[in-house]
Amino acid sequence: MSEHADTAHPALRHHFDDLNQQHAAGTLGMWFFLVTEILFFGPLFFTYALFRSGSLDPSFQNAFIAASHHQNITLGLTNTIVLIASSLTVALGVYFAQTNKKKPLVLMLVLTLLCGVAFLVIKGIEYNQHFAHHLFPGQGFHWDGAPELARGGQMFYILYFCMTGLHAFHMVIGIGIFIYILMRAMRNDFSSDYYVPIEVSGLYWHFVDIVWIFLFPMLYLIDPASKH
Amino acid sequence: MTTDAIDSAQTPRHEEGTNYINAEYGLLSWLFTIDHKRIAILYMISVTALFFVGGIFALLLRLELMTPQGDLFTSDTYNKLFTLHGVVMIFFFLIPAVPSVLGNFILPLQLGARDLAFPKINLLSWYLYVIGALMGVVVMLLGGVDTGWTFYTPFSTTYSNTWVVPTVLAGFIAGFSSILTGLNFIVTIHKMRAPGLTWFRLPLMVWALYGTSLIQLLATPVLGIALLLIAVERLWQVGIFNPALGGDPILFQHLFWFYSHPAVYIMILPAMGVISEVIACFSRRKIFGYKFVAFSSLAIAFLGFLIWAHHLFVAGISVYSAMIFSFLTMFVAVPSAIKTFNWTSTLYKGSVSYEAPMLYALGFIGMFLIGGLTGLFLATLGIDIHVHDTYFVVAHFHYVMVGSVIMAYFAGIHYWWPKMTGRMYPEWWARLAALLVFVGFNLTFFPQFLLGYLGMPRRYHAYVPEFQVLNVMSTAGATILGAGYLLPLIYFVWALKYAPRASANPWGASGLEWHTPSPPTTHNFEDTPTVTWEAYDEKAWLKEAEKNV
Ligand SMILES: [Cu+2]
Repeated sequence: MSEHADTAHPALRHHFDDLNQQHAAGTLGMWFFLVTEILFFGPLFFTYALFRSGSLDPSFQNAFIAASHHQNITLGLTNTIVLIASSLTVALGVYFAQTNKKKPLVLMLVLTLLCGVAFLVIKGIEYNQHFAHHLFPGQGFHWDGAPELARGGQMFYILYFCMTGLHAFHMVIGIGIFIYILMRAMRNDFSSDYYVPIEVSGLYWHFVDIVWIFLFPMLYLIDPASKH
Repeated sequence: MTTDAIDSAQTPRHEEGTNYINAEYGLLSWLFTIDHKRIAILYMISVTALFFVGGIFALLLRLELMTPQGDLFTSDTYNKLFTLHGVVMIFFFLIPAVPSVLGNFILPLQLGARDLAFPKINLLSWYLYVIGALMGVVVMLLGGVDTGWTFYTPFSTTYSNTWVVPTVLAGFIAGFSSILTGLNFIVTIHKMRAPGLTWFRLPLMVWALYGTSLIQLLATPVLGIALLLIAVERLWQVGIFNPALGGDPILFQHLFWFYSHPAVYIMILPAMGVISEVIACFSRRKIFGYKFVAFSSLAIAFLGFLIWAHHLFVAGISVYSAMIFSFLTMFVAVPSAIKTFNWTSTLYKGSVSYEAPMLYALGFIGMFLIGGLTGLFLATLGIDIHVHDTYFVVAHFHYVMVGSVIMAYFAGIHYWWPKMTGRMYPEWWARLAALLVFVGFNLTFFPQFLLGYLGMPRRYHAYVPEFQVLNVMSTAGATILGAGYLLPLIYFVWALKYAPRASANPWGASGLEWHTPSPPTTHNFEDTPTVTWEAYDEKAWLKEAEKNV
């Protein structure tokens, strides 16, 4: 009986009948969690759309464009590439786990972690530049453009810090998860019949990447051609 | 056949008399348990404590309102009292009460499962709840918060000088507890049903919990972000919601009610699930129109997301959007009415008996009828503008959220008490408590409909002398209600030790939870049951039981 091997697997939790059920539950749980995550980021996207559209204050349209000119597109683009690369390494990691190739799996997990850390370092450099230019919202905010755009400019940076901050927080959690996955991979926990933890963590990682794919154009590329 | 063999090989047969309560001893065995039944008990103890904290605030409010002039408290203190009453009761009692206590205990049993899909996450969600609740208590000790449970901006973000940030963070953390519970339930319902337990053989409680969980998953994160943005706005003195700084206060109301209207269904949907179980059991009939009741749970969950702006009719939204939201709000009455209709039809020609759970369930139907129908009044634009921010609204939502939900919670606690503790409860006292709650509640809140209609605004500690008679009636009712809520606490504690022992199925009910000893063992079922009968078909169930003996 093929099922019998499943029911004796050391990774099988007591309340599941077999590994298939356990896998299906874990994967479904992550998908539903990601739905929650969409609704978690959703209000910020909605708020962005509301202010960006200028339906409340028409000056915000131009203010958002002007504010986005302070963004460092090179660093933003670098980070986009870093994250897309990390999505590839995660996907390959799942593949190597499925095919019982431990060394390439560990390599992919390490590369994923490096990409994650690189992203946060670059993000930190950007934040540092914003602080230096007094673009952090609040009392210290200083707007050197047209004064009538100052309010909208500050609103852009409130949203920028909220959205990228929340995203960076998710990156930190993701790095934590992948350190744990890496440790388990080095302990030989995974094999072709037990790799779902990597797949599930990978789903989360891809989701965080996709959020960035939306954030990058919204916060960096509103209208780069108009910069002078 | 394979599952049986595997099961018995894996989990050793339990000795006679071993159950989930006496399987392990000591405080730590409870604080680190991952057994859904023990976690349900932890939830029960903590929500009960918070319920009485919130109840004390309510009592103080009613004391102040005995007389027209503000004599007991200053208006500032009064503001804090109704805020804390609302925050505690909604976030720390009503939201978790039915799903996290009753759902946690009963869902895996009703599914024939050994636990929820993610037992550790279940424990985590209890800890998150406790952390949130403790932060709430710390806020009280520090001096409270005065924004109202709705945290309307820009008062909450700019002008209030009370403890807003820790309060919203407490709500944020408690929200994650709720999300994780919903996530756990949904996956469990999808993946852990016993063999033969198809979707249309599920008890209606499971359908109700499914709808509830969807709302918890989809709505709670929106509130979480809205609360975080309040903290951001306060801490960095920026203006996302403050119009003086270019922000939009209505945006906050949209985000807040996008959660907080569906949140009413987080409370009432599982309550309706309990009522379906109790009505079916004590009328000895299959629920009339099973599929209608099942799908109406999903319909309520869905429609509940489309009607939030009925809280904004006078806040400055456009007339057209107000009209649409008014229409959709009335529409949600349809699935609610379907449920009520089917419950009453089940009673018809049923052999009804009036044990305490049934009394509570019948009380629920009465209260829900009043609460639901006055909801239609409020959905009507003209009437809403007239009674907006009056006691009419207060009475309406208390009928739904307190009258109905707590009635159902008590119905469920009495109904499943034998399963949870292995003991019965004193029937006579329980019936008396049900009566006290019903009378006390109606005396407290029915006069408030009149007060609101006459124009008494909510959230003031003083009022014009003409309103005193009705207010005194309300306070008198609240006293009876308080006694009615206190009584079960006393006899349930008594019952733990002195009440007669309960059999596996003291009510002769259907449902898999009655298929296992009272109280169940840690693994719920010795052998995973195979379901061959339709929901609430206890005759088929009994035949099955005879075969197995
Ligand atoms: Cu509402």
